[in-house]
Amino acid sequence: MDADATEPIRQRVLAAAGRGSPVRIIGGSTKQFYGREVPGEPLNMAAHRGIIAYDPAELVLTARAGTPLAQIEATLSQSGQCMPFEPPHFGSTATLGGAIACGIAGPARAYAGAAKDFVLGVTLMNGEGQSLRFGGQVMKNVAGYDVARTVVGSLGSLGLLMDVSMKVMPRAPQSATRVFELGAQAALRQMSEWAQQPSCISATCWVDGRLFVRLSGSDAAIQTAAARMGGEAHAAGGEFWSAVREQSHAFFGGAEELIRVAVPALCAPQTFSGECLMEWGGSQRWLRNRSDIEAVRAAARSAGGFATRFRTRDRSGDVFEPVPAAQMRLQKTLKAVFDPRAIFNRGRLHAEL
Amino acid sequence: MALIDELRRALKRQAVLTAREACVAFECDALTAHRQIPDIVVLPESVEEVQAVLRICRAHGVPVVTRGAGTGLSGGAKPVAGGVLLVLSKLNRILELDPLRRIARLQPGATNLSISNAARPFGLFYAPDPSSQIACTIGGNVAENSGGVHCLKYGLTFNNVLQVKILTIEGEALTIGNEMQETCGLELLALLTGSEGMLGVIVEVMVKLVPRPERTELLLAAFDDIARCAEAVAAIIAAGIIPAGLEMMDAMTIKAAESFAHCGYPADANALLLCELDGVSADVDWQILRVSELLRTLGATLVRQAADAAERDRMWSGRKSAFPAVAKLAPDYYCMDGTIPRRRLSEVLAQIAALSQQYGLPIANVFHAGDGNLHPLILFDAGKQGELHRAEELGADVLGLCVAAGGTVTGEHGVGIEKLGPMCLQFNADELNAFHAIKAAFDPAGLLNPGKAVPTLARCADYGALHVHQGKMPHAHLPRF
Ligand SMILES: Cc1cc2nc3c(=O)[nH]c(=O)nc-3n(C[C@H](O)[C@H](O)[C@H](O)COP(=O)(O)OP(=O)(O)OC[C@H]3O[C@@H](n4cnc5c(N)ncnc54)[C@H](O)[C@@H]3O)c2cc1C
Repeated sequence: MDADATEPIRQRVLAAAGRGSPVRIIGGSTKQFYGREVPGEPLNMAAHRGIIAYDPAELVLTARAGTPLAQIEATLSQSGQCMPFEPPHFGSTATLGGAIACGIAGPARAYAGAAKDFVLGVTLMNGEGQSLRFGGQVMKNVAGYDVARTVVGSLGSLGLLMDVSMKVMPRAPQSATRVFELGAQAALRQMSEWAQQPSCISATCWVDGRLFVRLSGSDAAIQTAAARMGGEAHAAGGEFWSAVREQSHAFFGGAEELIRVAVPALCAPQTFSGECLMEWGGSQRWLRNRSDIEAVRAAARSAGGFATRFRTRDRSGDVFEPVPAAQMRLQKTLKAVFDPRAIFNRGRLHAEL
Repeated sequence: MALIDELRRALKRQAVLTAREACVAFECDALTAHRQIPDIVVLPESVEEVQAVLRICRAHGVPVVTRGAGTGLSGGAKPVAGGVLLVLSKLNRILELDPLRRIARLQPGATNLSISNAARPFGLFYAPDPSSQIACTIGGNVAENSGGVHCLKYGLTFNNVLQVKILTIEGEALTIGNEMQETCGLELLALLTGSEGMLGVIVEVMVKLVPRPERTELLLAAFDDIARCAEAVAAIIAAGIIPAGLEMMDAMTIKAAESFAHCGYPADANALLLCELDGVSADVDWQILRVSELLRTLGATLVRQAADAAERDRMWSGRKSAFPAVAKLAPDYYCMDGTIPRRRLSEVLAQIAALSQQYGLPIANVFHAGDGNLHPLILFDAGKQGELHRAEELGADVLGLCVAAGGTVTGEHGVGIEKLGPMCLQFNADELNAFHAIKAAFDPAGLLNPGKAVPTLARCADYGALHVHQGKMPHAHLPRF
């Protein structure tokens, strides 16, 4: 099943570039809902798959973009390692390329880092069908501008991610979950207090008046932390965190719009009305029952954050926070550096890109 | 001259230097072999003054080289003839430090160490800690994406910076990034970090502070054989342990460090490993046991755990003073900075030793083993005819080895003017063209730090002609330029 499909993909790119006709990049089709509507023929990356290099002692894994996340996780797990940013799959066919292009991270993000913190290098196919290598397969590399980390979260707007090298980490020996009955404000204060101390907290989530905290480390470390923090043990911790990560938790059910807000962690809960689930110590908040995106955006902006229409029926407008004009000019110029004919995922991130 | 008059009107009179005696202090960074006395040095004291300088230079079409503390090791802050050297050392204030939000907001000239010092009363620190931290500035750190001994666990500058404010060459202010460290639009913070003053002038930086670990322990292990020491590095990491620091030294460095710092190193060892473990106490407990056991199994002739903070500091002092210690061995030294996959450590060290023989110049090795980031120190005497040139040739060959081993020509010191040639080994023409186009997107007139960081294709053609016959050119099947 592993195969290098670089050449057929290049032919598709050259053909599309020749005609100046846009393509929609598709990995495992699990995150097609994310971002603005995109015109063009589908360009499927799933056939370009396989782990190219992995040596546990190196803490580096390199894989083709179409490699299923599940395959990567299974391989890492055999050596007791993981992708610390816990990328959500949103379906069994999720690929590495899709995860990196979307740049979405799971519950551990505030404690372990985001996708961009772990990407070391990429091969990017530009709009002229050239394979360009940026970054590398080593821990530190400051040669050239850091295009490898720049493409994380760019939703395919700069080019085709062909392969990705990322830093992987040992999985914690054990994890356990504690639950606390707390209001939103008290939960935020509590999380902030914990965050100022050394701890083995690896995830936090507040929903329905309860604060869930995941502890990761050795048995002894978890027991010490649990005794210090209090709360109740939560037996089904594994299921809970996976439901939050995969958005299969009841909070995410239903068809109405889901807004994601990123704000400084201590932003007051009453800033946003409606149903709310908070993660990452309070810096990621999910809102339901809010269709007034402009009001949410204004509130988020005044708190120093921004809002995304994460799941929405209206994908023609600003799904992502509008960018100030001066920065947009720069972003457009950068897109043109890699994709001069704007064939890749035209408008998926912003109408102008 | 109109330019100088305008600068003098925009800044305090004494903040514009043109006298040779005053300007000579800024003729080079820590890559001292390459000098250029700047024609004009400006020392602004506010962001508005920086903006005024940029606008004036832009209007006159005059190049601007930004300088922090000038501790850079690749010539990034070397002045450009006919240009203005923009020195930001007076903008050195900590604007805000909020223990609740765990952030610090800094002017670009604030020193790296001043951040951790200010955060200490709150039990917090700023993690990236280049050995130059008493002097180097946060602006320089961002511009170089600097590392330190704690990168493997705590990340590089990029992983610890939340937001930067830059001025473009037009003097336009852009705020990039946010307190949440979340991407909004394209991830421009990644492009700016490590951009060596080529894309914009950093005028403010917001960094993340992290809690001081509950417990820190340091292990020292000595080996008869450098290859076995390198194996131990891989074994520790494969065992699921990420040390806070994992540093290696070879025989020459051990001896030099010991006689310089009297830090208690076994002077007869052929390789030495310092392994710092930190975290919550219960985790450090098992990690200490596991690492000690591994080190012994892998043939360490000595494994010692620092008894207390004082001994830990003493054991670190040798590593931290390794550069000045080695510097005593010869009139001059030249510090290289390549990164390789860890599994190739002993092989590449052997190849470096062979090159050292071939060139007849000694090389001492002291490096961030956990990251595979080598710092071969080439010893030479610039007073001897041709030795500097030979040292530079040897250095370039060492970087060639790193690229051939699947690594990079610079792990943390940047390209500057120093590694323009070796960059041609790592990137092909299409990739270099992309870099030039990125530069042009920010700075179409090419006035910010011209001639640094990315080689021209013409330069690579020359370099290729010189180096390709030695069989070191990677991707030999690809068309060259
Ligand atoms: C003894 C010694 C030990 C060192 N150890 C380490 C180490 O462990 N790890 C490591 O990574 N490095 C190390 N270095 C290298 C150096 O200290 C770092 O690169 C440091 O970040 C440079 O900071 P600076 O303020 O001195 O920058 P400078 O040398 O003044 O400038 C460096 C580059 O950054 C640009 N620049 C500076 N400020 C700005 C700004 N505000 N906006 C835009 N561009 C700017 C300059 O144009 C130049 O290209 C060491 C150097 C020495 C001399």
